[in-house]
Amino acid sequence: MPKITVTVNGTQHTHEVEGRLLLVHYLRDVLGLTGTHVGCDTSSCGACTIHLNGNAVKSCSMLAAQADGATITTIEGLASGDELHPLQVGFKEEHGLQCGFCTPGMIMCAADLLNRNPNPTEQEIREGLEGNICRCTGYHNIVRAVQHAAGQLEAAS
Amino acid sequence: MSNKFIGKSVKRTEDKRFITGKGRYTDDINLPGMTHAYILRSPYAHARIKSIDTSAAAAMQGVVTIMTGDEVGHYGVPCGWQVNFKNGDTMKEPPHPLLVKDKVRHVGDAVVMVVAESREIAQDAAEAIIINYEVLPAVTDASKAVEAGAPLVHDDVPNNICFDWEIGNPKAEVDEAMASAAHITTLEFVNQRVSPNAMEPRSYIGHYDGVYDKYTLYTSTQNPHLIRLLMCAFVLGLPEHKVRVVGPDVGGGFGSKIYHYTEEALVTLAAKKTGRPVKWTETRSEAFLTDAHGRDHVTKAEMGFDGDGKIVGLRIKTFANLGAYLSTFSTAVPTYLHGTLLQGVYTTPKIHLEMTCVFTNTTAVDAYRGAGRPEATYLLERLLDLSALEMGVDPTELRLKNFIPAFDGITQPGYQTNVALQYDSGNYHGVLQRGLEMLGYEDFRKAQNEAAASGKLLGVGFSTYIEACGIAPSAVVGSLGARAGLYEVGQVRVQPTGKVSVFTGAHSHGQGHETTFAQVVADRLGIPMEDVDIIHGDSDTVAFGMGTYGSRSLAVGGSAIMKSLDKIIEKGAKIAAHKLECSPDDIEFADGKFTVKGTDKSLGFGDIALTAYVPHVYPANLEPGLDFSSFYDPTNFTYPFGCHIAVVEVDKETGATKVKRFIAVDDVGNVINPMIVDGQIHGGVAQGIGQALLEGVEFDGNGQIINGSYMDYAMPRADDLPMFELDRQVTPCPHNPLGVKGAGEAGCIGSTPAVVNAVIDALWSAGHQVKDIRMPLTPERVWSAMQ
Amino acid sequence: MIPQAVDYKRAGSVSEAISLLAENPDAKILAGGHSLIPAMKLRLNSPSLLIDIARIPELRYIEVRDGGVAIGAASTHHDIISNAEIQSRYGVMIEAGELIGDTQVRNVGTLGGSIAHADPSADWPAALIALNASIKVEGPNGAREIPATEFFLGFFYTALEEGEIVTEVVLPAPAAGSRSVYRKFMQPASRFAIVGCAASVTIDGGTITDATISLTGVSADGAFLDEAVGAALIGKSASLETIEAAANAAAEGVELNEDHYASKAYRKHLAKVYTKRALAGACGL
Ligand SMILES: Cc1cc2nc3c(=O)[nH]c(=O)nc-3n(C[C@H](O)[C@H](O)[C@H](O)COP(=O)(O)OP(=O)(O)OC[C@H]3O[C@@H](n4cnc5c(N)ncnc54)[C@H](O)[C@@H]3O)c2cc1C
Ligand code: FES
Ligand code: FES
Repeated sequence: MPKITVTVNGTQHTHEVEGRLLLVHYLRDVLGLTGTHVGCDTSSCGACTIHLNGNAVKSCSMLAAQADGATITTIEGLASGDELHPLQVGFKEEHGLQCGFCTPGMIMCAADLLNRNPNPTEQEIREGLEGNICRCTGYHNIVRAVQHAAGQLEAAS
Repeated sequence: MSNKFIGKSVKRTEDKRFITGKGRYTDDINLPGMTHAYILRSPYAHARIKSIDTSAAAAMQGVVTIMTGDEVGHYGVPCGWQVNFKNGDTMKEPPHPLLVKDKVRHVGDAVVMVVAESREIAQDAAEAIIINYEVLPAVTDASKAVEAGAPLVHDDVPNNICFDWEIGNPKAEVDEAMASAAHITTLEFVNQRVSPNAMEPRSYIGHYDGVYDKYTLYTSTQNPHLIRLLMCAFVLGLPEHKVRVVGPDVGGGFGSKIYHYTEEALVTLAAKKTGRPVKWTETRSEAFLTDAHGRDHVTKAEMGFDGDGKIVGLRIKTFANLGAYLSTFSTAVPTYLHGTLLQGVYTTPKIHLEMTCVFTNTTAVDAYRGAGRPEATYLLERLLDLSALEMGVDPTELRLKNFIPAFDGITQPGYQTNVALQYDSGNYHGVLQRGLEMLGYEDFRKAQNEAAASGKLLGVGFSTYIEACGIAPSAVVGSLGARAGLYEVGQVRVQPTGKVSVFTGAHSHGQGHETTFAQVVADRLGIPMEDVDIIHGDSDTVAFGMGTYGSRSLAVGGSAIMKSLDKIIEKGAKIAAHKLECSPDDIEFADGKFTVKGTDKSLGFGDIALTAYVPHVYPANLEPGLDFSSFYDPTNFTYPFGCHIAVVEVDKETGATKVKRFIAVDDVGNVINPMIVDGQIHGGVAQGIGQALLEGVEFDGNGQIINGSYMDYAMPRADDLPMFELDRQVTPCPHNPLGVKGAGEAGCIGSTPAVVNAVIDALWSAGHQVKDIRMPLTPERVWSAMQ
Repeated sequence: MIPQAVDYKRAGSVSEAISLLAENPDAKILAGGHSLIPAMKLRLNSPSLLIDIARIPELRYIEVRDGGVAIGAASTHHDIISNAEIQSRYGVMIEAGELIGDTQVRNVGTLGGSIAHADPSADWPAALIALNASIKVEGPNGAREIPATEFFLGFFYTALEEGEIVTEVVLPAPAAGSRSVYRKFMQPASRFAIVGCAASVTIDGGTITDATISLTGVSADGAFLDEAVGAALIGKSASLETIEAAANAAAEGVELNEDHYASKAYRKHLAKVYTKRALAGACGL
């Protein structure tokens, strides 16, 4: 069984894992980080999105073994201490979530988008989130949440 | 009642846990010693089971138990609504066993359940099970299933007909009205089957505590108490007081998590059998096969007009597909939630619907966001726009001519329809006029003509819908066959320090009850929102409840809470009067204070709460405590309505449709939290657009779903939709204390026909006079319609 | 959805990967895993061993070479579309790459994985054919270079031999006056191409001197070079009439793909429309 060492939300973990163990199951079942969700079985919905070495990835489509040595951030590690990430604030302020199931993946994907493009247009936000399905919000307020966060980030810099 | 919070877009209190990844959905719960279940399902739509060999699987290391139909096949899940044949016979109600032992009736029918130490072992073991099937011919289309010689889904249900049914005026009167019509618009269409696709897959954990002989079921449900009632009383015969059902955070429902599913009973049985917790979480592929689908009507509808464009009659014949088994509310959807809405917002004098509900070799069909009302709205609104095109009149003028005049339900009576319901209050002209202003109708028509000249296809589509929600007056639904009451329960427990715990039988799976209900309570009691906690979803803490569906939470659940609040204030006034030495009649309550009228003598809400629990100076003959529970049974449905307008551009060369604008003017009565109501409309509109343009479960000739995954089943993604343009009008509900009507389904009910109408309008603008394009309007279908 | 049990090894070098592959006939190369792992989760594919090549340093680079650009097989889709050199010279690579899957997929999926997989609706194959790229592969019998036009042989089928892996893709220097574009009509759910058209057109003084047009998604056999379209363009003036006539020749005589989103007839029609749109882009019309 492969042995992996990963740094998740700042904490290092070492585990022996089955070769077939998916990264999302490692995070949820082994580390107990259940904020990362599973919404599909075809890599299509983005509910499982996390950051692997700073990039948004679908953790349902990777093996835990592939993440050996990586630095991982999940939704649980996005805020700095008590201070919410601007996207978390944006989602709350603009009502960018309803049932909340897609939200962690949506926020993690949006964070990658804003890292690469701090000032996206509405169309760029919509395209940037194309890998994430939300069934509740119709995306209207998700777009506004990302715009809200972009505004906050710009004001801060 | 103060209005510090009511009517304000208060940010949601529940968000904190969701945005930090701390939501607790069923699959997030892990209990000590937990095992995992995998369900082996039929790969065939219709087949006889010849043999099942589980021996190899049973011998695998880590397998805890294996269950088959021999062990549990005598248990089955019930239907919650009885509808009778026209001739009075009871509907056909074949059993829906937890595991099938004789004949599978749809792809995904459950045959064997494996319980193992891990998810992996359970699935590996299931692969080692050998089932021999004799494959039978299958039927998936409701209109074909009734034909002579069609395969029989249930051997003892002739012609696969569950029941036939009618509503409206006598058929002969409608025929006569139609015979007199100057113009008849005929539309034959399919309201296609869709898959609800709440993003959280269904997940259940069964737990049995032998010490207390107590069962606990964690379930992703919209109504924990209803599940407990059904499972205890109709399925497993368990003592209800020994069963706790918990619906923790639930990741969306849209109807699909109302029903009592076989797997809920299976994990409960398996937990007892193994003495260990048993978790089952479906995969998305399984969800496509087993979560109840929505819609699936095949319809012929005719609308007759006189020479002035007034509707004279409406005649409809529909086949509704119920799938292979009856799901909890399935029989009510095509009938009482659909037939009763066919008046729409029009004065149509004669209406007749003939409905045949049919079994097929497909996944069960039940309520999906809107449930019956979207089908009725689609039918009416498509007919209106198409009639306008056919008669060469403006679709908005045709509507204005036929609208029911405005009525408030207080000084003017409610509107009695020809299809049983009495509308509470409405102003249908108002929403259309506001919609047209927002659209800039004249400018749009100009732009459309200019676009047509330059080879672009623009279209506009209208939908002026009405729906019935706030489900439902128990006596009324009882007389119509419902096997449960549809009241709601609201308990308000004022704690000694004046903090308030509210227990509601409604269940939030995205609707934001923790915020909206707290707004109502805080304003009624004049206390801060932080002092109010809304508790839901656990049958051990909440006395009872019927759950959340049919846009009922605030209208029914909120009203129950209001009743309890009234009792709290009434009792508080007695306590205050005693302490302030006056008559309770002289006490008025406002802004959190009990005041002697006309004086500045008052006591705060907190003082009274404390006195109620420390009753040293206290009225004689009054019980201590400040804790009331109320049942609210509505006197009528509520009737939200609105106007939805879609503007689309169709790519002439490819048939691809882009929604350019979507305008929604909804009247959902009073609004407690505009932000949340808008969010509900957004989500509903997106699903409605999805049905119009993208979604639809397709079967092949063998009954296999050919698009049962997100790689094939298209749902709206962010870049498929525009920003929505919303506005609101307010016609309060006259018969509930908050004046609210319900907003959960409106978006989904109004939007679909607006989009399809817009595409048809675009095509007519280029001379393609097509009546219908089958939904979803894929580019190929639109392109073909232009050839 | 859980894959069947599988072993996992990470190769440190190309030669190690090749020998692991030679020793384990049931093994599969794992690059980004974004085609392989979804298939394994659905148990459509169950190798005994995965040989992870994603982190072999000698496979992940993008460098200018002989006026062209060489791309290591383990470069991700995102590496490619964010590369300045490719952005400035190979429009078709950017336009195709940006339309592959979504951000998350592009962050992980690789060029080598995509072309070795050879999904009949994949985007890279069309782009590589239109650019006249060549593909370097290496196996137990050494290395060889295969023109893109000879690499894609059919439905999930390439010129890769048993035991070989893709190591590099070479994009030749674009000719002066050339422009390359990609236009894609997406399946609305998977967002793979129902039709994808890659076109590279060279114009000299208003006349088309070279044109390479490739289509993906159209044929069940995957991406192919549509020579008839190219032939109908070369020597003609770059006008709307020219491209319309040339586009009409698209996808003739191919075995057409079909599914519930697009019949054969509609696909063929779309192939012509998208060829026209790609040509309009490539000709700046
Ligand atoms: C949600 C989603 C959407 C997608 N959308 C698109 C799309 O729109 N367009 C598109 O083109 N693709 C799309 N893809 C596929 C994606 O581009 C994959 O990344 C790509 O097809 C495979 O690359 P990989 O590195 O992930 O390969 P892997 O999955 O690791 O491997 C794929 C196959 O190639 C083999 N292989 C990998 N690398 C090599 C090598 N160097 N030499 C030899 N064999 C090798 C493997 O053994 C395996 O058989 C999508 C994928 C997903 C999950
Ligand atoms: S769970 Fe990973 S994409 Fe759906
Ligand atoms: S908030 Fe429910 S799926 Fe997005």
